[in-house]
Amino acid sequence: MELLSLFIRSAFVDNMIFAFFFGMCSYLAVSKTVKTAVGLGAAVIFVLTVTIPVNYLLENYVLKQGALTWLGDEFADMDLSFLSFIMFIAVIASIVQLVEMIVEKFSPALYGALGIFLPLIAVNCAIMGGALFMQEKQFPTIGHATIYGLGSGVGWFIAVVLIAAIREKIRYSHVPAPLRGVGMAFILTGLMGLAFLGFMGFEL
Amino acid sequence: MSEEAKKEPLFSKQNKKLITDPLNDNNPVTIQVLGICSALAVTVQMSNAIVMSVSVTAVLILGNVIVSAMRNLIPNKIRIIVQLVVVAALVIIVDQILKAYVYDVSKQLSVFVGLIITNCIIMGRLEAFALGNKPWASALDGLGNGLGYGLVLVIVAFFKELLGSGKLLGIDVLPESIYNIGYMNNGLMLLPPSSLVIVAIYIWIQKGRNPSLIEH
Repeated sequence: MELLSLFIRSAFVDNMIFAFFFGMCSYLAVSKTVKTAVGLGAAVIFVLTVTIPVNYLLENYVLKQGALTWLGDEFADMDLSFLSFIMFIAVIASIVQLVEMIVEKFSPALYGALGIFLPLIAVNCAIMGGALFMQEKQFPTIGHATIYGLGSGVGWFIAVVLIAAIREKIRYSHVPAPLRGVGMAFILTGLMGLAFLGFMGFEL
Repeated sequence: MSEEAKKEPLFSKQNKKLITDPLNDNNPVTIQVLGICSALAVTVQMSNAIVMSVSVTAVLILGNVIVSAMRNLIPNKIRIIVQLVVVAALVIIVDQILKAYVYDVSKQLSVFVGLIITNCIIMGRLEAFALGNKPWASALDGLGNGLGYGLVLVIVAFFKELLGSGKLLGIDVLPESIYNIGYMNNGLMLLPPSSLVIVAIYIWIQKGRNPSLIEH
């Protein structure tokens, strides 16, 4: 139940796009058609669900103050948390690379669908932001961290597919010329963000 | 000095353009659409926006110079990783400096300092400019794009803070008498969606003044 509540909260209440604007660059770039939006959205879900638990282990067994106790008592008060940025980004970049190779080997069809999006993801703020929020939230178990990653990914997926569907339709409307394209996408995201504020305080 | 004279002067017309372009017709946030996440999320108060722009500008200039100096040494295949490591190291330094000197602001910016690493402006400029140009030009390019980013941040923060809490840089600027006749702070301006609308209006004005920027 607690996990379900965490999932709902990370997908809707703390939606990556509407509450924190994480991954806005790729969000605007791929939301021109629903097809590409679904592709990148699926890749984000996948990478978030894999990288957040790995970064959770790294944070709790290497970086956090006292996390190195398992090496011996003399390491008990080591605090490596200043290294977390570089460690997280290294983990993300290498996992993305690894995932790309595995997917290419075992599922060429999936690779065809996700292929071009995977390298983009290493520099998607949603992935790094997820890792940094995981560090801030101090989850009790790795299960919580995994569910958090999955939920955030699903939230991002929903956001990007919704906006892509709207942008496909808005092409047929009379938008003021200077607002065409990016400008209108900003306003639409703002309005959708207002709607998502309705989930605030939502508890299971 | 005689050798210096043969080269392009430090502030030639072309180099000045590197700084002025991003402030206007090639703004990284509104025209190139890069680095939006942090631009929108840290703008509730002007002080945060200013600290954030200074940090991003510093990382941008230093990162551009370092990558540009190494551009002939970096193998093409692993350039993204090299760039990430350079940027991450710079961001760690910035983070530690912020924690040491402006702890309150650094607490409020929370994860967004770390997100400078994945800020698309930085990776974008490294890829598009620093890998193909000399260090001095790259430094100017970094400065220009940093200022263009800061400009948008400060404008958005100005309106959000003024309309949302009646303050500028934490100081009350609206006189008491306005509140007495029924004016109220607009709490909606403090919420995330309003920054999107302010940026959209900024884009509207900018593209309205320069129709060549309009998308078709």
